[in-house]
Amino acid sequence: MDILKLIVLSFITICAAMAANFGQDLAYIIHALIIMAVSFFLFIREVQRFGDAKPAVETGYQDSVVRAGVIATTFWGVVGFLVGVFIAFQLAFPALNFDLPFTTFGRVRPLHTSAVIFAFGGNALIATSFYIVQRTSAARLWGGNLCWFVFWGYQLFIVLAATGYLLGATQSKEYAEPEWYVDIWLTLVWVAYLAVFMGTIFKRKEPHIYVANWFFLSFIVTIAMLHLVNNLAMPVSIFGSKSVQLFSGVQDALTQWWYGHNAVGFFLTAGFLGMMYYFVPKQANRPVFSYKLSIIHFWSLIFLYIWAGPHHLHYTALPDWAQTLGMTFSIMLWMPSWGGMINGLMTLSGAWDKLRTDPILRMMVLSLAFYGMSTFEGPMMSIKVVNSLSHYTEWTIGHVHSGALGWNGMITFGALYYLTPRLWGRDRLYSMSMVNWHFWLATIGIVFYAASLWVAGIMEGLMWREVDPQGFLVNSFADTVAAKFPMYIVRGTGGLLYLAGAIIMCVNLWLTATGAGERKSSAAVAVPAE
Amino acid sequence: MSLFRHHKKVETNATLLLVLSLGVVAIGGAVEIAPLFYLENTIEKVEGMRPYTPLELEGRNIYVREGCYVCHSQMIRPLRDEVERYGHYSLAVESIYDHPFQWGSKRTGPDLARVGARYSDEWHVDHLTDPRSVVPESIMPTYGFLKKTALKPDSIQAVLIANSRVGVPYTDEMIENAAADMEVQVDPDGDWEEMVARYPKAQVRNFDGQEKLTEMDALVAYLQMLGTLVDFSTFQPSASR
Repeated sequence: MDILKLIVLSFITICAAMAANFGQDLAYIIHALIIMAVSFFLFIREVQRFGDAKPAVETGYQDSVVRAGVIATTFWGVVGFLVGVFIAFQLAFPALNFDLPFTTFGRVRPLHTSAVIFAFGGNALIATSFYIVQRTSAARLWGGNLCWFVFWGYQLFIVLAATGYLLGATQSKEYAEPEWYVDIWLTLVWVAYLAVFMGTIFKRKEPHIYVANWFFLSFIVTIAMLHLVNNLAMPVSIFGSKSVQLFSGVQDALTQWWYGHNAVGFFLTAGFLGMMYYFVPKQANRPVFSYKLSIIHFWSLIFLYIWAGPHHLHYTALPDWAQTLGMTFSIMLWMPSWGGMINGLMTLSGAWDKLRTDPILRMMVLSLAFYGMSTFEGPMMSIKVVNSLSHYTEWTIGHVHSGALGWNGMITFGALYYLTPRLWGRDRLYSMSMVNWHFWLATIGIVFYAASLWVAGIMEGLMWREVDPQGFLVNSFADTVAAKFPMYIVRGTGGLLYLAGAIIMCVNLWLTATGAGERKSSAAVAVPAE
Repeated sequence: MSLFRHHKKVETNATLLLVLSLGVVAIGGAVEIAPLFYLENTIEKVEGMRPYTPLELEGRNIYVREGCYVCHSQMIRPLRDEVERYGHYSLAVESIYDHPFQWGSKRTGPDLARVGARYSDEWHVDHLTDPRSVVPESIMPTYGFLKKTALKPDSIQAVLIANSRVGVPYTDEMIENAAADMEVQVDPDGDWEEMVARYPKAQVRNFDGQEKLTEMDALVAYLQMLGTLVDFSTFQPSASR
């Protein structure tokens, strides 16, 4: 077995070296070199360990991979927010593009979206699903070190995707930008993820599969389906990063938005609902509000979400019947979305007083509130007349961020605050007042962000369509760009506040994990009798 | 309710839960996407569409590489102001050779579906090099480096082959002459007649005004042909669509 590992690793190293030699573009060559370095490093490590006695098989929960996931989530979160703030200010001050190909908005924006969705969100999902599936199944993660392959394989995917964008390797399909070989790698990692997750559920000691795991499971299989279909492509050469998509034009457009909308629906909604269904009841110390509601809203949510993609293509060259279907299902989707919100919020029944004293629970409740708001705003924007104004404008960006910063961000922060003391064996977080600061900075940041882009989006939508009594357009396109400058500044400031909150969280989590401020041994302190 | 009792079977059987979830999520996509491949009225019948010339295709690859789609749409909606501002609403057939499509989702800059032949080549070169020199309000990044990056015509043939494999009707003749066709499109003194016969309405000019063939030539050639192919005098909209 060890010999086989060495052979495979040396084979990969040699193949990567050859690929780097024959590579036709910079992104491909650098990626080949990264892969060569990684597999060579693993090879050397295997050689050093060769013949060593096997370490004893560990029992109990596999928490070290969850700890790594918590660190990765925090790290990529800050990176993603920082890049977001940077590109927000690029829109206000174009000089920040630095006249370099690698730092233009067009290349850095996909870096921001992928960093927050896939690096921050993805690591949060992998880490929390690994934590939750073990607790709710009363079983150690299946597959031994396979979970470490998932973790490190996913980090490699992120590094390849991110460097690829900056070097110009992109499929230019939103949230599916990585090129063909990065897609193949992610497929391998994802299959391993599914195997670890399913394997753990198979060996569970609880007869029932907990509701959080339904959501995680549907998220994992649906993302696999979407990823495979939307990334069908023909590479131009096996020694180059460039590929051409299998589908074209209108079919490619709907396939992309079927994918794109359900990246939101399954990555950022179903998966995060899985987190919600574990951490909110835990933090509130109350059972989930309604079992029946969770069944109804689970099946209707996953069924309806898939249909909603065409609302990204209203009034385009997509046939009308498809647009109408997309709009209808998007409006219906409001109900199962609010089913999840209600199930989460009502879990606090009888524990509402905890909001006064527990800033972590407050964060989770705020995330549910933002979930409710953005899942109301979304169906509204999918109505064709509303969409005729909102589409192509900043309003869409504001909508996405009230969901991403409010719902995904806040529930993740809540989960990180919940997990860190438990995973590192500490009694409590280092500082609750820092959590409070984080809460308010993030909340005010989101309000700045969403409000400024509502104003910017509706304003530019109205300016574009304004005609004078003679029927001529009133505003040139450039007028609308200039008019958005103040809103761009407010938006960037909102992002900066949100980033500041996340940095405070980093410090707090770091001090918690390292045990700063922890009393050495409380038992040894003599308590005077009164 | 008995329905909820039956749900016990699903939540105690992981395989059943997996298969049912996958079945439920597969329906929507199948119903919405699959018909687009066989319903005949999905893509309009028009005159004038042709595959991109090698130079235009290379320009399109640069457009893709630089992520222009994050700020520019190529999809004019049939709304009064858009038709007024950008021209005839976009047809599905106009992106039939676009692997991938570039309709976009955001207009931080204006729509480009019909930007072809609206501005001079010099304007495009100036605008890409320093956008604020021609549009003071612009917030676009500068792309002056395109003017300095030479194009290698020999790599385009593989791109045409890949496109033909996914269904773009590039003929053997087009593929064979890909490199030469690319070079001749920027050389008005060359023998470009055959190239234009292969690609009707292809514009032959030195797009960036420089001696050598650069990425700027390719990108401007692509921008200058956008939306210029379909003959709208013979176009009949279909009410059934």
